[in-house]
Amino acid sequence: MATTDQIIQRCQSLFEDLHFTAAREWKAAEPDRKVVGFMPIYVPRELIHAAGMLPLGIFGGGDQIEVIQGDAYYQSYICRIPRSTIELFLTKRLDFVDGMLFPSICDVIRNLTGMLQLIRPDMYAHYYDMPQNYDDRVGGEFYVNELQELRHDFENLSGNEITDAALRVSIVLFNRNRELIKELYILRAAEPWKVPATEAYLLSRAGMLLPVEDHNVLVESYIKAARSADRPRRDNCKIVLSGMFCEQPPLNLIKSLELAGCYVVDDDFMLINRWMQEPVSETGDPIEALARAFLHHSTKTSATYEPIEADKGQYLVEAVRKSGAEGVIFAAPSFCDPALLERPMLQDALNAAGIPYIAFKYAENSGQMQPIREQAGTFADSIKLWGENA
Amino acid sequence: MKCFIGIDLGSTTTKAILMDENKDVLGRGITNSRSNYDTAAAVSKQEAYIDSRFTLLRRELEQSQSGMVDIDAFLRDLERNFRREQFMEQLQDLRRTCLEFATAARFKDKEAAVREALDEIFRRVADQAGALFQPGAERKSDFFRDIAGSFYLAVAGEVCKQANLPFDQVIAVYDKAIIEVENRPPTADLKGKIVRGLENLLTEAGEDRMSSASMQQAVDRALAVELEESYVIGTGYGRVRLPFSKEHIRSEILCHGLGAHIMYHGTRTVLDIGGQDTKAIQVDANGIVQNFQMNDRCAAGCGRYLGYIADEMKIGLHELGPMALKAKKQVKINSTCTVFAGAELRDRLALGEDRADILGGLHRSIILRAMSIIARSGGITDQFTFTGGVAKNQAAVNALRELVDENYGKVTININPDSIYTGSLGAATFAYRAVMEH
Amino acid sequence: MTTVATKKIDLREAQKDQSMEKQKEMIAGNFTRLARAPQTGEKVSYTFVPGNINELVMCFDMVGNFPEINALQMGMRKKSGNFIFDAERAGHSEDVCTYVKTDLGMVYNGNIGPTGERLPEPDILLLSYTGCFTFLKWFELLRHQYKCPTVMLHVPYQGGGKITENMRKYVVKQLKEEVIPTLERISGVKFDIDRLREYLRESARAEDDLVWVLQTARHKPSPIDAYFGGVYYVGPIFSAFRGTRDATEYYRLLRAEIQARIDAGLGPVTPEGNMGEEKYRLVVEGPPNYTNLREFWKMFYDDGAVVVASSYTKVGGVYDFGFRHDPEHPLESLADYCLGCYTNMNLPQRVDMLVNYINDYEADGLLINSIKSCNSFSAGQLLMMREVEKRTGKPAAFVETDLVDPRYFSAANVKNRLESYFQMVDQKRRAA
Repeated sequence: MATTDQIIQRCQSLFEDLHFTAAREWKAAEPDRKVVGFMPIYVPRELIHAAGMLPLGIFGGGDQIEVIQGDAYYQSYICRIPRSTIELFLTKRLDFVDGMLFPSICDVIRNLTGMLQLIRPDMYAHYYDMPQNYDDRVGGEFYVNELQELRHDFENLSGNEITDAALRVSIVLFNRNRELIKELYILRAAEPWKVPATEAYLLSRAGMLLPVEDHNVLVESYIKAARSADRPRRDNCKIVLSGMFCEQPPLNLIKSLELAGCYVVDDDFMLINRWMQEPVSETGDPIEALARAFLHHSTKTSATYEPIEADKGQYLVEAVRKSGAEGVIFAAPSFCDPALLERPMLQDALNAAGIPYIAFKYAENSGQMQPIREQAGTFADSIKLWGENA
Repeated sequence: MKCFIGIDLGSTTTKAILMDENKDVLGRGITNSRSNYDTAAAVSKQEAYIDSRFTLLRRELEQSQSGMVDIDAFLRDLERNFRREQFMEQLQDLRRTCLEFATAARFKDKEAAVREALDEIFRRVADQAGALFQPGAERKSDFFRDIAGSFYLAVAGEVCKQANLPFDQVIAVYDKAIIEVENRPPTADLKGKIVRGLENLLTEAGEDRMSSASMQQAVDRALAVELEESYVIGTGYGRVRLPFSKEHIRSEILCHGLGAHIMYHGTRTVLDIGGQDTKAIQVDANGIVQNFQMNDRCAAGCGRYLGYIADEMKIGLHELGPMALKAKKQVKINSTCTVFAGAELRDRLALGEDRADILGGLHRSIILRAMSIIARSGGITDQFTFTGGVAKNQAAVNALRELVDENYGKVTININPDSIYTGSLGAATFAYRAVMEH
Repeated sequence: MTTVATKKIDLREAQKDQSMEKQKEMIAGNFTRLARAPQTGEKVSYTFVPGNINELVMCFDMVGNFPEINALQMGMRKKSGNFIFDAERAGHSEDVCTYVKTDLGMVYNGNIGPTGERLPEPDILLLSYTGCFTFLKWFELLRHQYKCPTVMLHVPYQGGGKITENMRKYVVKQLKEEVIPTLERISGVKFDIDRLREYLRESARAEDDLVWVLQTARHKPSPIDAYFGGVYYVGPIFSAFRGTRDATEYYRLLRAEIQARIDAGLGPVTPEGNMGEEKYRLVVEGPPNYTNLREFWKMFYDDGAVVVASSYTKVGGVYDFGFRHDPEHPLESLADYCLGCYTNMNLPQRVDMLVNYINDYEADGLLINSIKSCNSFSAGQLLMMREVEKRTGKPAAFVETDLVDPRYFSAANVKNRLESYFQMVDQKRRAA
């Protein structure tokens, strides 16, 4: 049986490989294979998979890429993820990608769709507009039609028909993936010393780069290994991370939080792998099933609309309660509209619930961890003191 | 003779070029830009006139076959003596101004003591600074403020101690006076100072160098040439503040483009990294600007970025490059923001990373910003010229060569030792064209 | 070329005043109506400029308030700086949109509107989510403040560069199933589609005249400035007046005034009178800066630069390629209007439009005023610039300011770039 170290090592090398060798090899293994990339926050990977293509998560270039050309396209007040993404394309690191989906997360990612349409006219670049109206007859109808169109596009791109049966198989696989990730999060919330934050992160990130079948095996074996591993329990406080759903923090930042005395027991990294809070129906019309799950079982996040004022921010309060956390760390990428516009409302919800929090900003290539370590450390200490006095 | 002047009013220094009727550069002048741009323009222009006189004198000496063996050494010595004259004149001005500020209102009963102390300070400054103009002595800067300031600061402490006077207040007098002195237009008596400089030189060197008569004649002839100021063009960031009418002002983009073209006819792309901004300019075969881009609002990637880092490390700006050249490995500096880069620097130093390595990374980072501005302007397709204060920094130049090579392949990169004058050269050429080609 | 006898100018000035005065009255009237709403019992809807469905709102006898317009008005009155500061102090990030922060700052300070009258609280937040993600959060923030009802109209983005039938149906359906029933409930007024048709007919009339006015910039010299003047010209049709007789009347007056300028061979009118010789013709992409609008404008007309077309004057509706509100297809045409707003178009469409303007209006080049607050506009503009340059062979310039953040307007910096740009165009022209 593989140890957690072995598994995480594999994940780490996948994560560090900015040439996406694994995806390239997958593509090269059989003729006519296609790869469709996607950006945060959610896309129906089931559709890509059912067309026989590989969904590949593009989450920026991290802190190891030197952005030269990407900066030529962006003003200083725009976040980092589109720069490094453009850099990945211009430096041919993504030349094997046949299509890209840009979900409706914010205007920067939205406009990136058009930029890729101009820069890579040969590539399928699609803006994936999710309904902000969650009524089956209204947003639902629109969404079903959008999904059908996407299905049609993918059939053209892959040359494969997407049958209902194939789509159902894909749904089963991704349901399993979501279930496993959920299990991982539950395990971590209960025994965070067994699942360090960086390991959970790398394991999730690997899921953006590997075929779902492989990832399911990987997560399963990690959970098994983590449960049985004997790791020292530290006197850390438990926190929920909020704001990291798009531009990724450097791995060092996540590590720093834990070193500073915070166990991360929930977060909003790669929401795609647990976007559906309930399994997607594995019977009936699969497109309808995907639409219904999206409309009624989507996770809540800063990038979507909350129709009911009283519910605003309750998802975060809920996340704290469920995971047994003692506080929230808001960590938003600089210039991130969804995270930063939402934050005051989330903070109000936390205030009302008596949940302490701190906030700071980062960039995917942040180089200074000292201030973050200090803030997180102070936060952890104050939570402990507060807990003792309460 | 008709002459044409270009003045480039930059954020840190002001440069002037004097061009003659044959389109030859006769003289160059540079001074620190100060709060008063008029004065900066006047001083740089006068410096260009001084330099032109020396060029004319060189020509006279070379033509006269006066038998002088080492014209270079002679001119060097003459200039040194001239600078002493110039320095002493301004020092006297500073002394007078300081005394004016040392009033009863400021020092109450201590007024007399302060005035006495000031006299003593200036006596010592004149003595000590005078040594800078001895043969073989080295001056780090020819800017009056730099020399006078450092000596004043050095001697004032001791004098105040002895006289039991408040050091801060005596420094405050200087601070007030220097601004006034620096912003006073220079005196006109250029020729007088050259003549007196020559007399000093002759006393200093004895008569053996050559017959003083023939030398005197050469100097007289050089000083007799009439330099008729036909047209002046101002450019640079401060150009709008020049008391010039619109026809006498050109954007620094046009001037830099043309200046680089005059220096290197094959130039198609110009990168200028100055104190306040970075610009990438595309020019055609005639030096006509086709496109340009400047840094965005963010100051990262300008000379100021390096200045900030130097301040942060408490070293001189000119020491940064040489230190960065000692880097042994490439450290990646991620912060594009100037202020964050300072923080990142401290963070890395605290982690025990090597200062030279970090500085190497910072130089690469500033050039990375420049690369994106070049890309915005249309990239590099042919000969490329690098200008501005940062072009004097070898570490920055190395980083640039590396990155240009990585991104655009082999292209010729021109860096002129006089690149700081690129804008004023373009301006002088525009001045020439306004008269001679119209 | 533009020296005209003083007396003649006086005549034109008098005419100019007519449309200006008309607009002033209209705006003041709406603010007064808003201020009196608590007494009159009129219901108040807050909504955004892009994708506003003013005609529909009018069907319910509601009075409209536009937070973006209040914010820009506060910018012009130099009040936005303090409001932004207050909002940031209250925890809003320095990184986010300053329209939002100006609006929130205004709310924190008693919601006193630009005319000094207190603005009423909203009875409904009509969230037309068109072309700007920030809208979504802006109204969540206002709802958080007012705890009032909100109705969402999600307008899909033209990611593929066209309006599809699915998008149109989705918007119409939201109008039918969500927006109209909500407005009926809030206002107590029953929806009457014929009333809507009447308003739309009125809109189309005003739209015809607006397009005529904007297209006069094809003349040389252009009788209008399609950016600095343009922001005033689009005022009525982008806000509470589209569909009103007042708007139709305003555009009729404006059209007559511009016709008179053409007849007299005059260039645009500026805050300092008639503009001098037209030397440069530009197309501008991006919103203006409102805190220093006049200073910014002066940098153009002092150098003889006139803007002949701008994308900003299309954020509240793109009419110059044929679209009109259509009384025969009322809800569908409202949907098409929303879907067609400039910031709802994808980047290739925006590039096409700018290229078209440069060619059609015989412009010397493109100027991009990149706005820190507005990622919807700004993200990708540097690529758009390259594309437009490539396709037109005309040079572009790039300046950066903000909508209403006075900290983000550096006059020296902007002027330096503009001057350099004009001189470059001039030099290239001479060399040609």
